[in-house]
Parts: sequence; C-alpha cells; structure tokens
Amino acid sequence: MAGTLAEKVWDAHVVRRGTDGVPDLLYIDLHLVHEVTSPQAFEGLRLAGRPVRRPDLTLATEDHNTPTLDIDRPIADTTSRTQIETLRRNAAEFGVRIHSLGDADQGIVHQVGPQLGLTQPGLTVVCGDSHTSTHGAFGALAFGIGTSEVEHVLATQTLPLAPFKTMAITVDGELPSGATSKDIILAIIAKIGTGGGQGYVLEYRGEAIRALSMEARMTVCNMSIEAGARAGMIAPDQTTFDYLKGRPHAPEGADWDAAVEYWKTLRSDDDAQFDVEVVLEASDLEPFVTWGTNPGQGLPLSGSVPVPEEIADANERVAAERAIEYMGLTPGQPLREIKVDTVFIGSCTNGRIEDLRSVAKLVQGKHKADEVRVLVVPASARVRLQAEAEGLDKIFLDFGAEWRNAGCSMCLGMNPDQLAPGERSASTSNRNFEGRQGKGGRTHLVSPLVAAATAIRGTLSSVADLGPDVVAPDGSPLTDLQTV
Amino acid sequence: MEKFTQHTGVGVPLRRSNVDTDQIIPAVYLKRVTRTGFEDALFAAWRGDPTFVLNQEAYSAGSVLVAGPDFGTGSSREHAVWALKDYGFKVVISARFADIFRGNSGKQGLLAAQASQEDIELIWKILETRPGTEVTVDLEARTITCDDVVVPFQVDDYTRWRLLEGLDDIGLTLQHADEISQFEETREPWRPRTLPAKHLPPVEIQAARPVHVEIQTSR
Repeated sequence: MAGTLAEKVWDAHVVRRGTDGVPDLLYIDLHLVHEVTSPQAFEGLRLAGRPVRRPDLTLATEDHNTPTLDIDRPIADTTSRTQIETLRRNAAEFGVRIHSLGDADQGIVHQVGPQLGLTQPGLTVVCGDSHTSTHGAFGALAFGIGTSEVEHVLATQTLPLAPFKTMAITVDGELPSGATSKDIILAIIAKIGTGGGQGYVLEYRGEAIRALSMEARMTVCNMSIEAGARAGMIAPDQTTFDYLKGRPHAPEGADWDAAVEYWKTLRSDDDAQFDVEVVLEASDLEPFVTWGTNPGQGLPLSGSVPVPEEIADANERVAAERAIEYMGLTPGQPLREIKVDTVFIGSCTNGRIEDLRSVAKLVQGKHKADEVRVLVVPASARVRLQAEAEGLDKIFLDFGAEWRNAGCSMCLGMNPDQLAPGERSASTSNRNFEGRQGKGGRTHLVSPLVAAATAIRGTLSSVADLGPDVVAPDGSPLTDLQTV
Repeated sequence: MEKFTQHTGVGVPLRRSNVDTDQIIPAVYLKRVTRTGFEDALFAAWRGDPTFVLNQEAYSAGSVLVAGPDFGTGSSREHAVWALKDYGFKVVISARFADIFRGNSGKQGLLAAQASQEDIELIWKILETRPGTEVTVDLEARTITCDDVVVPFQVDDYTRWRLLEGLDDIGLTLQHADEISQFEETREPWRPRTLPAKHLPPVEIQAARPVHVEIQTSR
C-alpha cells in the first residue's frame, strides 16, 4: 500500500498495534535529554525503583541553563547550578552518557545529535523539548515530549502514541537572493497559522526544499512546532547521506551500505495520500520578520505593522491589538523603520556553522551600528571550534559583536542572556512570545541574513537594504547565501 | 493518578487566544527540580496586573479554566500542567489545544476538554455576567454544565478511559515488556547507539569573557 514518509517510519516502529482507541506503542530509537525537563522524570524512576531501559539509546547534554560566559567558573545562579548538577548526578546514577559544560561535545541538544551522527534517517527521536522536530530534517520522526513521557521512554524505550495526520507542504521554485530557509518556514507559519499544524506531521518537499543544505533543512523542520505540528520531516537524499558520512556514530563499511539502501526507501510514494496539501512558491518569498507575539504574526520585511481595524476575525483582531501594544509599535508603521537594541544570532534554529558563515560574510570589514549590541552564540562547542578554525570569531569581534560559548542562551533567557523590559531584539531564534527572551522583552524573529543586515543598520533590514551592489568582501555575490 | 469522573468548581474566563506555555509558566520558573510547588509561577507575567482575571476575588479560587483557542502552544514544558494543577485547576476548556500540552495534561490528570468556540463564548458570557458561577464537567457524559447551559466536549477515548480509571501509563506499558524485548531483537544492527561513546578528539574550549556593554533601550 502506498504510504507517506511519516507512515513508513511509524509502521517500522510499532511494537504493539492498538485497537479500540488504544494508541499504538512505538519504539524509540534515540532519546535526547537535557537538564530542564528531566529531573522529575529521573526522580519518578528512582521512586518506582525502575532503571533506564536503554542507556545506550540515550544521550544527555546541558544547554538551556548554561551560561555563555565564564564557563570555567561555578555557575553563579544557584538554581541553575542545582539543576545542572542534578542532571550530572542522574546521568552518573543511571549510566547515561552526558556532555557537560566545557566538554567539546556540549551544546544545544538538537545540534549535538546531528553533529555526532546519532540523528539518522528513519529513526524515531524524542526529547523533552518541542524543537526536537529539528531532527526530522534527516527523515527521522522526531518530536518533543513532556516530562511524564520522558520518564516513560527512560523506563520502557517506547511511547503510546495516537496516530498523526499528514500534511504535505510543497515549496516549488527557487528562493530569490537574500531569502533563506528561515524565511520559508516563517512564511509557512504565517500561511497556515500557529495552530494550522495541530495533529499533523508535516512533510516539506519540492524543488526549493531539495535545494537546501542539511543545516538549512534543520531550520525548516525546527520551527514545525511553531505551526502547531508535532513533527516536520524531509525525505533523506544525497545531501543527507553526505552530511552523515564519516560522522562519529554514522554506520561504517557494510553497515553504511545497508543503511543507505534502507534510507533510500524513506520517501513518500508517488500515489501516497496526505490529509492536507499546501503549496508555496519560493520565488515569491522575501525576507520575513515577525511583528507580533506569536510566530504566525509575521510579514515580508517590505510590509507594515498591521492595522487591527482591518482584521476581520475578532479573535485575531484582539490578539493583534494586544501584540502591537506589547511590542510598542504603531499600526501602519513600516517594518523597516523599527529600531532594535539587540541582535541575537544563535539557537537551535540558526546557530549552526552555515548560519555563522553567512553572517560573517555579510559583516566582514564592517562595524555594527553603535547603539546595537550583538550576541553571537554558537549552537554547540564544536560549532564554536569550527568557527574559530575559520577565523569567523575575529570577524565577529572586529564587527563589534560578542562571541560567546554554546547554549540556548537568549532564545529563552533561562541563563543570564536576557532582554531588559522594553528592550527590542532581532533574533534568529524561534519564538517571539511575550517575555520569552526576558520579562518585558520584545522579539522580532528573523533570518541570520536579516539579523546581520539589521546589526549593520540598526533598524530591521534585509541584505538588499545594504545597497544595490552589495557583494561579499571576497567579491563573491551574496546570492549563494540563499541556501542557508 | 487520581480517578477523574466529574468535577464542579468556579469557572474562570480567560479571554485570550494562543496562550502559549511561556505565558502559563515563564522559563525562569523551570529551574526547579521538584514536580510540585509551581502555583506562584502560573501566569506569572500577568499576575502582577490587578485587572487579570485570577486577581479578581470571585475567580481567584477557580478550578475550571475556560480559555480561548490554541491553548498551550509552544514549549513542551510539562511545568505548565503542574502549575495549573498546583494552583487548583482540574479542567481546562478550549476550542483547540496544542498537541504536546494535551498529551501532558492527560498524563497528569488535568482534563483538557475541547469544546466549540461558540459554546465557549456562551460560557464566557455567563461567567463574566455572574462571576463565581460554578461549572460542572462530567467526563462520563462528556458534558459541561454552566448554569442552564449544557454543552458537549471532546476528549479522546483512551485519555478518557485512563482518567476515569486513574491509570499510570508506564505500568500499562510494562505489561508488554516481552513484546518490547521481541521488537528489540528485530532492530537492524546499524541503528545508532550512544554507548560506547564515539566522538571527535576532545579539545579544550576557551571560556568567553564578559565585555562591558551599556544597554540603552530605544523606543
């Protein structure tokens, strides 16, 4: 029978088929753990006298709470320190591999899995973190879970799951210069809404998706949750295999050949039926930016802050009024005129080496706008090392940016990297909720290129705003940044 | 988990859509390592506003939250459910729930009851006209009763059964431990394992140091 990619991966993991409304029991191939959503799960195991069933399918890292400065000193915030020490104790007690702060493999959990080659096509991947959808870029069925489910997976390596519906999102054509994978996903969320994906696994397909690098695909899948979806997936192809080949945990020799043979079957059949199909034309896309307080409140940068009176739906109108007030904006104000205080480049959405390269290419030889602070936070310690090996750190420092250690950082402000009340950011992260980056902070979600252009000009800007003849300092056209 | 059959308590009208889990409980409260004691963190950013619904006497002891659509979006934090429960909520009613929030609620015995937006508007009107009105939620019959209004709600059969019986998921799954072991026998040998650990050579990571930056907030 014809099946979608998601259905194929699902069917390959059914331990026990549910009947009469009882959900299927699914096997979990890879369980990623971090300090924030795991302490109560380990405590539950301890109280019930249960072991971790498969420590060899489990990996822990520290990311949400970790400081991005002075990482060789004791963590100043005592509650953060306690939480991290609790994870270290739990990992030791239950035999779970952990990459702690200061370790070269520490970093945001959604970067650590892929860079170690643990995230592979056709796996089921879970983590107590909604951005687990990132791993779907490899053709894995990957989704975020709550702490009770973390405990469930630790104890049983399975999860009872009600079936998902499937949605195909086809992005045809070619992205114009200056637009990126971030703009694709922001445009998708604006189109289907923050609840549009509820109950669905999204599959991204089409020419524009195929053209994306592995890291750019991760950016798209990462924000599936911002459309309300449990997961987002992209069928694996040569780009995927090339990324994985030679990574520490990638299969080797005959195992590699067997794996690739299987991975090549992981695509939706031509006659597979999706519950919903959505089509976007990539050439219509422009750099996107959010103006409001949910990720669906976004517009092309050439637009203006909406006028609530012109919004027909009553709930949306009220939400827009609230958002405009919270964001300190004026209806009708051109988005390009919005001044920012801080530019944050990082997170599991856009903190990878290609993101940092594209920013560096744009800011090389320039200096940031005086009144703007710029934070560059690599997604993992390995990304930081790679950037330093390429000299990107020098470019950022010369530009006037801060070059930090790895972690979630200002994406959610659990560590000291926060916005002050009223402070406005252009952020390459994934959520613009009220107070997300610090109480009273105001967030505009943008791509790394828009973040870089904004850091140069001080107002929300695209690459095109830097002038008609903008080229990278090495003379290469900036059009090749578009796959980022 | 405690059994849930029926609950009656003061209804709290929360006329907001897209109440994400960052609003239900901000990230700064997630640093605790306990599963209880989150009542002070619920809607923390809004609790400072005297006009916020929970700051009004008639609603402050509410246990049935009647919210706008797309409740519980965003972060997977189960702390959102713990905070609602710790405050005293037994039921949340909304026209649409985010998937992860709905799942987390079911695990913790908080009923996420899905009703139509039209019915929610009716209930909002009653709760706002007569603050302190009680709402009865009957899981057996899948009905919400508020004054003379009786409306249906949806909850999936499996969650309903588990709530009615007060069953623990892990215990249920472990009844099938043999089937899990059998499945494990069939897994391909090349599927990745985190242990023994493989990685690139260890390298020392330089600690970044603070630079002095003055933040001037512009309008």
